[in-house]
Amino acid sequence: MSAAVPGAVQWTPAPTGACAATITLAHGGGGRAMRGLIEKIILPAFDNPMLAILEDQARLSIAELSALGDRLSFTTDTYVVTPIEFPGGDIGKLAVCGTVNDLAVCGARPLYLSCALVLEEGFPLTDLERVLQSMGRAAREARVAVVTGDTKVVERGAADRIFINTAGVGVLRAGVNIAATRAQSGDAVIVNGNLGDHGIAILLARNELALAAPVQSDCQPLHDLIAAMLGVCPDIHCLRDATRGGVATVLNEFAVSSNVGIRLYEAALPLDDGVRGACEILGLDPLYLANEGKLVAIVPGSRAEGVLAAMRAHPAGRDAAIVGEVCAQPAGHVILSTAIGGDRVVDMLVGEQLPRIC
Amino acid sequence: MRYADEFRDPGKARTLVAEITRLAVPLAAALGRPLQIMEVCGGHTHTIFRYGLKAMLPEEAVEFVHGPGCPVCVLPMGRVDDCVALARDPKIIFTTFGDAMRVPGSQGSLLQARANGADVRMVYSPLDALQIARDNPEREVVFFAIGFETTMPSTALTVLQARREAIANFSLFCNHITIPATLRAILESPDLRLDGFLGPGHVSMVIGNRPYDFIAQEYRRPIAVSGFEPLDLLQSLWMVIKQIAEGRCEVENQYKRVVPESGNKQAVAAVEEVFELREFFEWRGLGSIDHSGVRMRPSFAAFDAESKFLMPNLTVADPKSCQCGEVLKGMIKPHQCRVFGSACTPENPLGALMVSSEGACAAYYQYGRLDMKAPRPAAEVQV
Repeated sequence: MSAAVPGAVQWTPAPTGACAATITLAHGGGGRAMRGLIEKIILPAFDNPMLAILEDQARLSIAELSALGDRLSFTTDTYVVTPIEFPGGDIGKLAVCGTVNDLAVCGARPLYLSCALVLEEGFPLTDLERVLQSMGRAAREARVAVVTGDTKVVERGAADRIFINTAGVGVLRAGVNIAATRAQSGDAVIVNGNLGDHGIAILLARNELALAAPVQSDCQPLHDLIAAMLGVCPDIHCLRDATRGGVATVLNEFAVSSNVGIRLYEAALPLDDGVRGACEILGLDPLYLANEGKLVAIVPGSRAEGVLAAMRAHPAGRDAAIVGEVCAQPAGHVILSTAIGGDRVVDMLVGEQLPRIC
Repeated sequence: MRYADEFRDPGKARTLVAEITRLAVPLAAALGRPLQIMEVCGGHTHTIFRYGLKAMLPEEAVEFVHGPGCPVCVLPMGRVDDCVALARDPKIIFTTFGDAMRVPGSQGSLLQARANGADVRMVYSPLDALQIARDNPEREVVFFAIGFETTMPSTALTVLQARREAIANFSLFCNHITIPATLRAILESPDLRLDGFLGPGHVSMVIGNRPYDFIAQEYRRPIAVSGFEPLDLLQSLWMVIKQIAEGRCEVENQYKRVVPESGNKQAVAAVEEVFELREFFEWRGLGSIDHSGVRMRPSFAAFDAESKFLMPNLTVADPKSCQCGEVLKGMIKPHQCRVFGSACTPENPLGALMVSSEGACAAYYQYGRLDMKAPRPAAEVQV
């Protein structure tokens, strides 16, 4: 069953088999049960002709791709979040948005995804169906197609319910050059909305703390927002989605790669009240919390207001804010001007704030 | 956010800083050095760094000395080794607060023990550990009881609950320690340079303010029991410096909204029912301090892991290169330690002050590294 070629499809055609109520090792065995799973659950969820031919690979037209730009962008990410469903999303939506965003933050237009599933024996088929339906919905909303995939089943205990890997291909148009090395003194730091919603939503969804707050994961695709930003400012210097490690980690990477200082203003950071409250009680710093639909952009200072206006006109950037500036010193460091009037270093995260959040 | 933003008001902070500066500058000039004020509690250290308070104050006139009040940081290696030994026992589920998991012992940390297969579970309250005991009647559940007077009542009440329910598979590994005895040990130090104290508000919430009277009366140092928000700390600092300026030495209570003068009598009663003073307790970096820890009373032996299980119970010397003790006594700043940031980092803490975010070294490393212009000698690691 192992694929020698990256992206090879393991969903081999075979006589139709019935689906049991839970995943069994047979569902990964390549026989009838697997075929049944593919036909009854997987194909309907993704519903596209490239997948439906059930070949071992997707075939992408070079002519169509090169009409859209001059470079391919290609990425992969694996999703292991627990719980698999949480307010604002689930592992399926996350597996689409996360990979779409990894493509989008270089300015690429995301086009195609793969979907590789690792399922634990005993995982309910209804749960799988719900996750894949959600994944299909997210892909249609993001206008990307899931065109190839793979399914493996492992013994009970060898995985936690479901793990999903998605690889993605997008096209980058000529002239866009976004890189972590390009931040320079005078640039502005912009985020597209409230920080830390995903991290807190997951933490609360685990029900391990006697805490409740109406916090939803921000899980959303960002490529349309980014296209709108590039529309008003093709010369965006740096752009990343602030997933694990949060905004603090992304800005530290920019500061080191570009050898510049970055100053954040605590009073300008957009935060949901529920997230602020949870952070206060749990001693967490929202700058380090994970997001799944938030980007950090560094743009020339003179263009900041224009980019901000374009972002606020888009639903994914309604709460966008300028939260800081790039300065020459202290090179390689991120400094926070605290609301009360002090200064402190915002370092890279040490260890994990929370386990298995994406 | 209500009840938090009020205590972080920049305008009020500026007023307090101006007043502190007005009082402290002439005092420091007369002394020929900055006033040295110890914030006893690790929570205060965290606030000072997290809100950048140090940078708001006149460097030449006021210096914070970071005290011993981080229970995770003063835990000696031998006790961590005992935890690891307990956790390795397959019949035991070892439960602990999260920040204690990273404290290094001579045989590694609890986090490493868990990676090697020990059943170590993070809890947020001792009652969570008791629930694990109810849910796993065939296993022994040990709760790693740690902390100052602040956390003693919750562990004491949990033990009383366990006794009421006759839960036989629950016990405490008691490492609770007491603040007043430790402050006395620091005040007895021959190289003491401290001019005043910011008292730990959460400890006083339990024990009240009278246990600090000796600081003002015997050692002639002013103290203000302080809250944990930035304005609390600035106001407490102002109160202490005002006492110095006026030649007073008193125990003042800045945290009146939480701390009653006489503490919480019910909490103290629960603590006294379950715990008794130890003759001495070993502190990381500070050595053995008389009457600075508590153990469970003999009538609670059935809930005492030290009675129920065999443990190595060895004293393990701190790494020689580690200068946690000098930092804890305020003799050197964290970044002046010979292994700070080289052999000892938050990823790989050598000294306990680097482990918890409330430890002075971790706070310096994480939030304050830009101040550290003084060169350090090269690291010599002797573990």
